[in-house]
Amino acid sequence: MTTPAIDARGVHVHLGASHVLRGVDLRVEPGEVVALLGANGSGKSTLVRTVVGVLEPSRGEVNLLGHRLGNDVPWQRIGYVPQRISAAAGVPSTASEVVASGLLHGRRLSLPRGWRTLAREALDQVGLADRAGDAIGQLSGGQQQRVLIARALVRRPELLVLDEPVAGVDRPSQEAFAATMTRLVDDGLTVLVVLHELGELADLITRAVVLRHGQVVHDGAPPRPHASHDAAEHEHLHPHTSELPALDARHVGLSDGPLDAGDREARP
Amino acid sequence: MSEITYMLTDPLMQRALLAALLVGAAAPVVGTYLVQRRLALLGDGIGHVALTGVALGWLIGSAMGLVPNDVLAVPGAVVTAVIGSVLIEVVRRRGRTSGDLALAIMFYGGIAGGVLIIGIAGGSSGSLMAYLFGSISTVTTTDLVLTVILCALILAVGVGLRAALFSVSHDEEFAISSGLPVWALNMAVAVLAALTVTVAMRVVGLLLVSALMIVPVAIGQLVTHSFRRTMAVGSVIGVLVCVVGLSVTYWYPVSPGALIVVLAIAVYAVVAGLHPLLARRRPAGDPHPDIPDDVEVAPRASARGDCTP
Repeated sequence: MTTPAIDARGVHVHLGASHVLRGVDLRVEPGEVVALLGANGSGKSTLVRTVVGVLEPSRGEVNLLGHRLGNDVPWQRIGYVPQRISAAAGVPSTASEVVASGLLHGRRLSLPRGWRTLAREALDQVGLADRAGDAIGQLSGGQQQRVLIARALVRRPELLVLDEPVAGVDRPSQEAFAATMTRLVDDGLTVLVVLHELGELADLITRAVVLRHGQVVHDGAPPRPHASHDAAEHEHLHPHTSELPALDARHVGLSDGPLDAGDREARP
Repeated sequence: MSEITYMLTDPLMQRALLAALLVGAAAPVVGTYLVQRRLALLGDGIGHVALTGVALGWLIGSAMGLVPNDVLAVPGAVVTAVIGSVLIEVVRRRGRTSGDLALAIMFYGGIAGGVLIIGIAGGSSGSLMAYLFGSISTVTTTDLVLTVILCALILAVGVGLRAALFSVSHDEEFAISSGLPVWALNMAVAVLAALTVTVAMRVVGLLLVSALMIVPVAIGQLVTHSFRRTMAVGSVIGVLVCVVGLSVTYWYPVSPGALIVVLAIAVYAVVAGLHPLLARRRPAGDPHPDIPDDVEVAPRASARGDCTP
């Protein structure tokens, strides 16, 4: 039997006074692509942050690639993509500098030779090779998200943990991201990905885990969307990848959709 | 010209220039990390705490009957500043909300403690002036040796661990998930800041230390958008303003610390003023990526046709 890439058992996490995770078991075998689904606030992000060691479980234990969380974990074999970049930092930094910080891990505190080439290759995988020298603050939200994906890929991980990697990313980029992921998964990458909906990654996902109120309520084949989801009276509060972005923008109350802008421009 | 040669052969001026050069190079290196972490005022907080250290060193020195009685002032400042910055870091990690409150308490506690203790030590608050506003013209050989050692240490750690310190300052969560020794790296930044404050104390004074750490970085940010180059530009500007400022005071009797800071701010103002002109020179390409979107927009002509009555 192989060592699971992720093995979390009976994990409880408290954030301040709230008991966010209530006894979660999560096992991801090598080569699997597991989607972590659930409503906002169901504990998806808390679970992945606990898995990569950012949060400490109050009970239970987490093993990564056969090692209990701590200094023994081979961090260079794991890539993590946080939900979104922490507010733009005080000093500007280029996309390639940010990506290069993914080359540091464990006790490796300085960049290897040829880090610029490695950073550029990783940026190329997410289609941003030409922006390597640009300040990260000058990139759009979706592009920044792709820089963070490149930062996780630059160390060529075996296990990739992503927290909503395609939230706010346009559809062509989502397709490009799905293509990159397909290639990496074919090469044996193991993936745990938090998603709001399966979207472009649907074909890749081998198993889905659904969280509700901090507990696993489903673990198996990717579930079908809720029956009422496509009904006419259903009100969307989140972007739907299967629809036009312009319509999504209206759903979330942004009146400045591309169509509106076009209309206004055309007025005399 | 001969006057410059004369200045450069003056041993007092040689010591002062060397100290200014090293401090000018080192302070912006540490300042870059502080600005990155949005802790630009940390240097000020540590500076105030260091004042208590100066007074404590003075008190211990006079109690032991050492001559001169302020011989322990600088070591006292080093020890207290390190303790203070480590405390601030601990508070910052414990509860995020109270970080600036802790800083404020340090500001006031540091000044009040310094003035109180210097009185007990038999000095007056006037005795603290040299530390508050700098006294580079009184740099002794011993001071210089300490400055050289500390600056070498600051530059070695600040530049040598740049990638790791950048990672932890830029995105702490990602650094943790990379298994980096985040706690140790955060402490390294705190200790570097404390050491920088104490070495810069002689050059610009505790009240102006932070300016030397922050203003050159602000200038660097205006002319580049890379972290490494911001640090390099900051360091070069730091050396320039320190050396030029100090040299000017050789002929004109003004406070070197104040002049150095005013020079740095003047450079900032000039660069900020020229910035729009420099930015306009860059090739104005279309910043939008050329990728297809999935929105069907009616051709411009027909849209206009619809709108005309």
